[in-house]
Amino acid sequence: MHIPDGYLGLQTYLPLYGVSFGFWAMAQKKLKKQLSLKHVPYLAMAAAFSFLIMMFDIPIIPGGTTGHAVGASIIAIILGPWTAVLAVSVVLIIQALLFGDGGVTAIGANCFNMAVVMPFVSYWIFKLVNGKSVSGARPAVAAFFAGYLGLTTAALFAAIEFGIQPLIATGANGRPLYAPYPLSVAVPAMVVEHLFPFGIVEGLVTMLLLKYFLKHEPDLVYAISDPSKDR
Amino acid sequence: MALLTPLGILIPEKFKAEGAWGEWGIDKLEKLLGYVPEGLKKLSDFWKAPIPDYGFGGEGTSRTLHVISYIASGLLGIGVCAFVVFVISRFVAKHGK
Repeated sequence: MHIPDGYLGLQTYLPLYGVSFGFWAMAQKKLKKQLSLKHVPYLAMAAAFSFLIMMFDIPIIPGGTTGHAVGASIIAIILGPWTAVLAVSVVLIIQALLFGDGGVTAIGANCFNMAVVMPFVSYWIFKLVNGKSVSGARPAVAAFFAGYLGLTTAALFAAIEFGIQPLIATGANGRPLYAPYPLSVAVPAMVVEHLFPFGIVEGLVTMLLLKYFLKHEPDLVYAISDPSKDR
Repeated sequence: MALLTPLGILIPEKFKAEGAWGEWGIDKLEKLLGYVPEGLKKLSDFWKAPIPDYGFGGEGTSRTLHVISYIASGLLGIGVCAFVVFVISRFVAKHGK
């Protein structure tokens, strides 16, 4: 889901830079109030975890495409969505600058999809499904759907960004200037492969890690221990 | 976990899987479409990453080097990510107190 350089035109990547900047500024403001020093090592760990999990490329079918989980869902549930915005954004920027994974012009877009849309959608779904439970099956189920739908929604946004390119930018000869496939191809391709299997992986990772944290460090889990601070 | 990352290249290789949807390189795209979109061609060289695709040796490297450099990239990546986030969040947290 890392959009490379050249797939998005200026009309798309520049506004998305703007949107991401807005969220980074908000995140900085929110975290100033919420974040205490004891969380700092967890944030560093979260970023390292997200970086690693994105290296596990999963194939779908022989000769098909590959994809990966992102880890943004579990970070949003355990450390809060604004923390996830910060941690995953840093990871995506480093991936782009250092490893060429995702374009530099597309940093705004990739951060918006994976570091803004994904953590917030995951967090909302978790809260919605979990309600006020603190243990048992409900948080686990909520975590699975948070990861599953969070990743798929992020993929949907990426697909829309790909898919609108032929509509807004074509060359003199009528050929698309950037990403060539229309919405009708991009959306099904991206959404289906993230519904299965990548979303399942994100869901399972989110569920297993939440179970671990609920067992060993239940007070740390932001989405359960301290929801009031979110507003 | 970093030592397991080569699974991320070895398993797709077993499946003869291609890269991710929407992340094709220029030559692959030309094969798919029969042409390369002009704007895409111009922008695609916008940035030269120092360690493209988490490997040191470029396209034709042996599998062993590929695996080793993937692990090294993983370790480097988690180090850099953790460090940058640590510095930023420390700064943010401190100034909030």
